[in-house]
Amino acid sequence: MRTTARRSKRNVAIVATGQTDHRSKRPDVNIIEMINEAVRRCLADARMTIEEIDGIVIGNMEHFEGIFFTEMWSVEGAGSFLKHGMKITTGGTTGTSLALAGYYHVASGLFDTVMTIGWEKQSEGETTAGLIFQADPLWERATMSGAIGSFAASAAAYMHKYGITEEQAAKVAVKNRKNALNNPHAHLRMDLTVEQVLKSKMLAYPIKMLDMCPTSDGACAMIFASEEKAKKIYQNPAWVIAGVTRHDQPFGGDLQMVVNLRTLRSATEEAYKISGIKDPLRDLDVAELYEPCTFAELSWYEAAGFCGPGEGGKLIDSGATYMDGELPVNPSGGVLSTNCIGATAMIRVAEAAIQVMGKGGQRQVPNVKRAMATGFGGSWWSDVMILSKTP
Amino acid sequence: MAERVGIVGIYQTKYEPRKIFDSYPELVFEVSSRVLEETGLTIEDMDQIITNSQDFWDGRTISNRTVSEACGSVLRAESKVTMDGSFAVFYAAMRILSGCYDSCLLVSHCKMSEGAPHVINNAMFDPLYQRILGFDELSTCALQAKRYMYKYGVAEEQCAMVSVKNLKNGMTNPHAHRAMNVTIGQVMSSRMLANPIKELDAYPVTDGACAMILAIEEKARRWTKTPVWISGMASRLDSYYLGDRDLAEVASLELAAKKAYQMAGITNPRKEVDVVELSEFYSYQELLWLEAMGFWQRGEGGKIIEKGVTAMDGELPVNPSGGILSGNPVTVAGAIRVAEAALQLMGKAGKHQVDGAKRALAQGHCGPCGQGQCVIILEGGR
Repeated sequence: MRTTARRSKRNVAIVATGQTDHRSKRPDVNIIEMINEAVRRCLADARMTIEEIDGIVIGNMEHFEGIFFTEMWSVEGAGSFLKHGMKITTGGTTGTSLALAGYYHVASGLFDTVMTIGWEKQSEGETTAGLIFQADPLWERATMSGAIGSFAASAAAYMHKYGITEEQAAKVAVKNRKNALNNPHAHLRMDLTVEQVLKSKMLAYPIKMLDMCPTSDGACAMIFASEEKAKKIYQNPAWVIAGVTRHDQPFGGDLQMVVNLRTLRSATEEAYKISGIKDPLRDLDVAELYEPCTFAELSWYEAAGFCGPGEGGKLIDSGATYMDGELPVNPSGGVLSTNCIGATAMIRVAEAAIQVMGKGGQRQVPNVKRAMATGFGGSWWSDVMILSKTP
Repeated sequence: MAERVGIVGIYQTKYEPRKIFDSYPELVFEVSSRVLEETGLTIEDMDQIITNSQDFWDGRTISNRTVSEACGSVLRAESKVTMDGSFAVFYAAMRILSGCYDSCLLVSHCKMSEGAPHVINNAMFDPLYQRILGFDELSTCALQAKRYMYKYGVAEEQCAMVSVKNLKNGMTNPHAHRAMNVTIGQVMSSRMLANPIKELDAYPVTDGACAMILAIEEKARRWTKTPVWISGMASRLDSYYLGDRDLAEVASLELAAKKAYQMAGITNPRKEVDVVELSEFYSYQELLWLEAMGFWQRGEGGKIIEKGVTAMDGELPVNPSGGILSGNPVTVAGAIRVAEAALQLMGKAGKHQVDGAKRALAQGHCGPCGQGQCVIILEGGR
């Protein structure tokens, strides 16, 4: 695959983040108020006012809540009144598409400070119905079962091909939900055992309830700034070093899915090339991977080059991706702990930025110089962003 | 703008009321492959793809997923702007300006015939307070038309003149599907849809797609003898609730236009812009948008159209393509405005060519009553 993306001409930094405290239901706020909560937290983090923001980039999954033109509908909550505004949506990768858009906005030289907002209020819609609408109405929709079915089928193939065990997958659930105990924003914060995961309700073999991400209500906002502005806003911002997107074919039958996420392999290879990373396990200090289910995190280790093909199980067994391991993966608790879809991938970028900025509190990994965030969604698509302490 | 992004190639489908033989991917494949072919390029020359469509209109969650093979985004960088097509052009150009990519294939599609316009447009309104009123694009734009006519004394006949002009212009555009020679009387007596908007004041249901190739200056010069440069672009969003706005005023468009003029170094748009392609989903919008963009004083729109200023042979031809009234699908509409404006500057507009056009303005909008506005200034010449 030839290299298509380069690093931007202007340096761009993430200077602030804001998240709601994600829950399965937020009946206390409506969607606009929920968005506004993340926006205000983000502005407070930056010690800025909305007047200082040049433009807003926002996104969610419109069919999940059944609202058309959500970027127009949410103007008052997002703070985009009489500002530049844009909506980008790409399914599960919406959050990273938005973060990348924030990066491109500032890098273009047309904007100095841009806020990106991802959100979803799944309790006010029907996610699985919305997801089924992505399938071809003639060929695929009748058999489309939302997220769980396709993960189950391909996770089983992954186990079969490489001898990955359900216990190894369960370890991901234990690790990430335990990490979430340190994250005040996380939705599922649980001290689990492998046994508990294995005994949780079977959804579709081999995926059990605790192997799967939850559905959450929540929003995430971030501020991207030019070098000149960034230095004034926060002395230790997270610089965007690389941003890469890879999309794939629409029909599931054409793809290997969990067995080999070729979009993530291709995207990480390019991102590493742009940022001069040779050995990701060694050169990255922390990674926030978009892991929709436990088996996926193991497989994504392989696709991202943390280990060889089929070695994802061994990597979690070695402890390398735990909080005290060589490359902590998902200190935030990951998608297994929080999944407000339009925000999910952005939370990966925000959490990676938090680690680089040293604002991680109890979930802070010591001495983070370089962090990676990934987005997953659409038809097994991937986004990758590499952030760094130095521009 | 310090650096320049060039539009290198354009391809549009024929716009038709119902393209029963083409699925969305087929429309997208047609325009994507043909624009590359006509420009003498391949998909390998494209660093990225920007698609533009709406999940609601396609009836598909993640509408860009459906077209990934058709637009060539398999194992490539692609993103989707879920707004009017003018915003998609803005985003494509911005991504090139970032320095991360040299080129972009932009594809916009919509098949209105496969959706239910009232149901879809009703979904943009507040689910608790407004949807139940039966609001849709047509009924709320009728409110805006009434308010504009009342506040500035614009007559229904003057709005009808926009339809007469644009439908006639469309007769010279091979892509248009509702082009015709009509009189003001015929527009006035056409079927009432929502007072004061009548059938010939409103855009028709249309299917189609439009593709464009954009590139950094160096590649644009290499790839075509007739590059068109983006010299200004800006967008603004107004408040959402109609009751919070005076619908006769379009602050978002005023501000977007001002910013775009400033970027392009325009101080007197009426003198310095040679041709305008704007998004008139309803005839009154052409009058209102032109005023908001500062081409003349507020309330002068009616007199201006009477004097023929915006006619093909007038001082400032507006919508030589026949505009949206001649048949453009929603979502794609703004991309078509940019495409048509660029064709004018390339000198490739055929029978609807405005002689000697050097600078053009394209405008697009989305949301209730033009809430979100985007203005793009284009310049021709190597």
